[in-house]
Amino acid sequence: MSASKTVITRYTTLNRVNHWINAICFVVMVLSGLSMFHPMLFFLSGLFGGGQWTRAMHPWVGIALLISYSGLVVQFWRENIWRKEDFAWLKAAQFVMVNEEEHAPPVGCNNAGQKLVFWSMTLLIPVLFLTGLVIWEVYFGESTPIPVQRAAVLIHSFAAIAAIIVWIVHVYAAIWVRDSMRAMTQGYVTPGWAWRHHRKWLEELASGQHGKNIIRKRP
Amino acid sequence: MTNTWQDIKNANVVIVMGGNAAEAHPCGFKWVIEAKIENGAKLVVVDPRFTRTASVADYYAPIRPGTDIAFLSGVMRYLLEKDAIQHEYVRAYTNASLIVKDGFTFTDGLFSGYNEDTQTYDRSSWDYELDKDGFAKADDTWQDPRCVINLLKQHVSRYTPEMVSRICGTPQDKFLHVCELIASTAAPDKAMTSLFALGWTQHSVGAQNIRSMAMVQLLLGNIGVAGGGMNALRGHSNIQGLTDVGLLSNQMPGYMNLPTDKETDFDVYMSTRQFKPLRPGQISYYQNTRKLFVSFMKALYGDAATQESNWAYDWLPKLDIPLYDIIKAFEMMNNGQMTGYICQGFNPLQAFPDRGKIRRGLSKLKFLVTMDPLDTETSRFWQDFGPQNPANSAEIQTEVFQLPVTCFAEENGSLVNSARWLQWHWKAADGPGKSMSDIWIMSGIFHRLRELYRKEGGAFPDPLLNLTWKYTDPISPDPEELAKEMNGRALADLTDPASGAVTKAGTLLDGFGQLRDDGTTSSGCWIFSGCFTEKGNQMARRDATDPREQGIAPNWAWAWPANRRILYNRASADPSGKPWNPAKPVISWNGTRWVGIDVPDYTPTLDPSKGVSPFIMNDEGLGRLFARKLMAEGPFPEHYEPLESPVENLLHPKVKNNPAARVFPGDRAAFGSPDKFPYVATTYRLTEHFHYWTKHGLMNAILQPEEFIEIGEVLAKEKGIEQGGWVKVTSKRGVVVCKAYVTKRIKPLSVDGKPTHVIGVPIHWGFTGQARKGYGANTLTPSVGDANTQTPEFKAFLVNVEKTSAPVAA
Amino acid sequence: MSDLQSQDYVRRSASTMTPPSARSHEEQVAKLIDVSRCIGCKACQTACMEWNDLRPEIGHFEGTYQNPADLGPSVWTLMKFAEYENEQGNLEWLIRKDGCMHCEDPGCLKACPAPGAIVQYANGIVDFISDKCIGCGYCVKGCPFDIPRISKTDHKSYKCTLCSDRVTVGLEPACVKACPTGAIMFGSKADMTHQAEERIIDLKSRGFEKAGLYDPAEVGGTHVMYVLHHADKPSLYSGLPDKPQISPMVTVWKGIVKPLAMVGVAMAALAGLFHWVAEGPNEVTEADEAEGERVLRESETEKSS
Repeated sequence: MSASKTVITRYTTLNRVNHWINAICFVVMVLSGLSMFHPMLFFLSGLFGGGQWTRAMHPWVGIALLISYSGLVVQFWRENIWRKEDFAWLKAAQFVMVNEEEHAPPVGCNNAGQKLVFWSMTLLIPVLFLTGLVIWEVYFGESTPIPVQRAAVLIHSFAAIAAIIVWIVHVYAAIWVRDSMRAMTQGYVTPGWAWRHHRKWLEELASGQHGKNIIRKRP
Repeated sequence: MTNTWQDIKNANVVIVMGGNAAEAHPCGFKWVIEAKIENGAKLVVVDPRFTRTASVADYYAPIRPGTDIAFLSGVMRYLLEKDAIQHEYVRAYTNASLIVKDGFTFTDGLFSGYNEDTQTYDRSSWDYELDKDGFAKADDTWQDPRCVINLLKQHVSRYTPEMVSRICGTPQDKFLHVCELIASTAAPDKAMTSLFALGWTQHSVGAQNIRSMAMVQLLLGNIGVAGGGMNALRGHSNIQGLTDVGLLSNQMPGYMNLPTDKETDFDVYMSTRQFKPLRPGQISYYQNTRKLFVSFMKALYGDAATQESNWAYDWLPKLDIPLYDIIKAFEMMNNGQMTGYICQGFNPLQAFPDRGKIRRGLSKLKFLVTMDPLDTETSRFWQDFGPQNPANSAEIQTEVFQLPVTCFAEENGSLVNSARWLQWHWKAADGPGKSMSDIWIMSGIFHRLRELYRKEGGAFPDPLLNLTWKYTDPISPDPEELAKEMNGRALADLTDPASGAVTKAGTLLDGFGQLRDDGTTSSGCWIFSGCFTEKGNQMARRDATDPREQGIAPNWAWAWPANRRILYNRASADPSGKPWNPAKPVISWNGTRWVGIDVPDYTPTLDPSKGVSPFIMNDEGLGRLFARKLMAEGPFPEHYEPLESPVENLLHPKVKNNPAARVFPGDRAAFGSPDKFPYVATTYRLTEHFHYWTKHGLMNAILQPEEFIEIGEVLAKEKGIEQGGWVKVTSKRGVVVCKAYVTKRIKPLSVDGKPTHVIGVPIHWGFTGQARKGYGANTLTPSVGDANTQTPEFKAFLVNVEKTSAPVAA
Repeated sequence: MSDLQSQDYVRRSASTMTPPSARSHEEQVAKLIDVSRCIGCKACQTACMEWNDLRPEIGHFEGTYQNPADLGPSVWTLMKFAEYENEQGNLEWLIRKDGCMHCEDPGCLKACPAPGAIVQYANGIVDFISDKCIGCGYCVKGCPFDIPRISKTDHKSYKCTLCSDRVTVGLEPACVKACPTGAIMFGSKADMTHQAEERIIDLKSRGFEKAGLYDPAEVGGTHVMYVLHHADKPSLYSGLPDKPQISPMVTVWKGIVKPLAMVGVAMAALAGLFHWVAEGPNEVTEADEAEGERVLRESETEKSS
């Protein structure tokens, strides 16, 4: 694999900083949340200074996550709008799974899988936030009737598990699809990466739809 | 109490009327529960409110405050009409058969002898017809229309169920059901106990309320038996002791009366007290009065009380009026006739009627001394506490000395409980700060006063200068020494005439049976004689052994008189000496003497065949259905409306209120009328507090933090009053602004066809202590007392109530 | 919290290991509250405050004798007063001492995420071990009787301990000792059940045909039981649950969801791993790069031409 001379900016610095803030928040939420979910994982509360600290911090980080994720939504909602061709891609996802992406129809900036991750999180994070508020004992322990709190805690658990699974998919995809990680760390991808995974997006780039500065010399 | 707390468990019916035992006596109430569980007893509650006692009752009936006599007279009518009385008991042990003087009448609400100008009775006609030997005439066949039982029947005949219901507001069916339950105890082996307290005493007819039930109990044969009796539940750990040692203006220790100013001569005084038996062969215990009196005077004046000086009789004060009760005292204070006041263990600004009048009276004093373990309202009456005590300190010239004293747990001593037990208690801790014992303070005042009299003379120094004060530590006499003084000693060697046994001079007496009238014995309180003998402090005994499991543990503490636990217990056995109820005997005749679990209230070896009647403290030896001259307003109880009442007296409109009630003109002017004050109010305690003390305790303040009144749902709706909302309660005498408890537990009563609303006013809040500030129930209450005792009428008066907003602190 | 130790435990919150149950031979205890002889004097409340050294704030009058207004971190037992007009139109004042019921199957313990913060002893007492409590409030959601309260001061959950510290040394709970009418009794669960039967016979003889014992089977029975005059309608007694049960929400949450979720998460992770093992990475080939470069180049050319 030869290093191309030109690269394409996939994520701006703002995109990346926001994403990684989000990622940290999410991981903290997952670890602290799981520690309060299953006895087997209670040991994770040790990472945060014990159970009382874990319980106290979790909702505050939750607020940070909501804010940070809102930033991501503002930045990424456009390229995640669902289109007809996304169905076609999903139908061909079996080829993608076995690394025969060439049999799948070309996709734009984000494929259907990425869009699903985006919209799943966009749904789950607010649900987690709202149900989390209901069970935030310190401030809202007496604001709602206990049956409502019971429902909230159950929905919170389901939503959290769903979010974790989505997150695992997201992380694995980033590892599996080589060089995706670099897109989110250093911000750029190679033209070949774009050709292979987001051909329509590459063509759009090439036609100048996303502006000039997006294509630059490899740093 | 004629009986004991524990004895309540022997009852078949427990009636709580004129009290709220579960609320005010929760610990003693365990015996009511015991009666229910172990003896299958029925608990009946008659009360204006559905109380905590009612919550565990088998039957509850409502009653308008101040109409208990009508209710109970209706009960008597029912018992007599249905013949549900214990015949043999009534015939043998009550004065039912005795014949009343011809002059005695009752017309239109008044008994014979009424003097309208003085509002008192000439009671001379209220007595028995005597034969030539001076004995009361009797008709055992009850044929004579003038015998007590027939006069009683006639007297109560007006109290039909309809009339009772019209007066009391009690639905007829409920009244009749209560009658039925009461009547079930007319059987010789069944007993009813009557538990009452201030719900009966705090009325202008208080003493007659109690008499009414006592008469019911006599008709049912329930006096003297296990599980029976008239049981006054004392509202204070030592209020029984207070009356026992005579802390009333007209009494001396052991229920001996102070002489009046008509009794300047000792023999005259004695002649009216050594009651001659009124029946042939009867024992009249008060023939011993001279022994009791002389021994008391020897305790008071020692060697200075001699035969020649009539045992220092002249040094005793002589009353010019029946009594100087607290209502009178504050009347005098307001009139400038009393300028100094020593207020010991008492909080009149909270406790006595018409708070405004109390405050005005205190403001006119030159000096006020308060002796109390707590920071009482009385000692702060001069200080502005906002709307709850608006005082202009600059205008008040009273000099206040606030002396902190130790409380019961900080000193040795004895308390007399409701069951007349003297129970010794031991100091648990030192008093806080500079508190001193009451004994130390009173001794100090005594020594200084005596010194002043010694130095400066005075109009009449003798009673003070001659007082004996032979204590080891004259500055602070030891409680044990005081107890021994009350018990009494032999002052010379005494030889028992029967056994020949000698009691050495100086030894403690075993009981009042040893008292002499020749100055050879002393006893500071004859009824306590036996409490501290040569065998030691009997009050400190703690052996709970109860031989028959019948609630009598003779070796636990010591009960007056003579360690007797059930008064009149001779009446627990039939005339031949066999217990009426063989399952629960108290004493019985074994052929040679009276034996049983209690000390006989009778001569222990007196054969029943001699026919001596059981009530030996009465000169006829009988329980009195007809009270003779002993009550101010008549020998039979009669329904009189409270001084403030929403209705006319249905029985005799011309005589509405107690005709013998003493009302000061200023107080009468402060009575409200039903057009402005249409609702009946009644005051009471709650379990969470004790009077005005416990609001000083954090935990009690937590449990019942804030002043409130109780009001029925119907009236609340009418007045737009919300649950927990603010209300203004007004009487002619003052205003209370507090929260409202809108409750189903008070229902409007139909009184003579008109709905009558009752407002409940708990008493506990004031402006000192930890609980939230309150106005105090006595802001509203009228200044009038029972005609006999002057206990104020706190249980029935008139108010208005309106919705309002929270009081604004000044 | 008491001075018992782990060998006394038969249940322990958030614990995957089995408690030793070394003392399960111990007799099960129970407190029996005979509502029919309770006079609502609050001696039990006072005794509870005294023994546990608790002093809630001085509140206000709130239109009831119930003071303080609610259970709280410093109010472990509370008299509740209900005015009830029965079918005959007669008033009944139903007074109930509220507090932890010490369920045989405790919902609080089931819901608690902090290992060992809630335990059940061999004698049946359910106790909060406060230093392990994380203050999450799950016990509140788990409890069918609305008992635990979280302190705003130290963020820990508190409730009646059934005086486990007293019971351990052979004393009765403080409220039992203080009750003046014997309405609160304490002993073995068997004895208390027997005692209740006698009381129920008496109550039935006094016209309370529906008198009965409140020992709800839905939570495996309780170690605090009531004798009720109206056992058919427990809710008359200031909302005592008619059929208390751990909420199905809590059962689902702490039952099936926990393992399912863990399996789900693990499956997702494993799926990724095995996908990697099977298929390997999705890599950009040289051809792809060439194609990419070409597209970019062509567009450059187009634009410049």
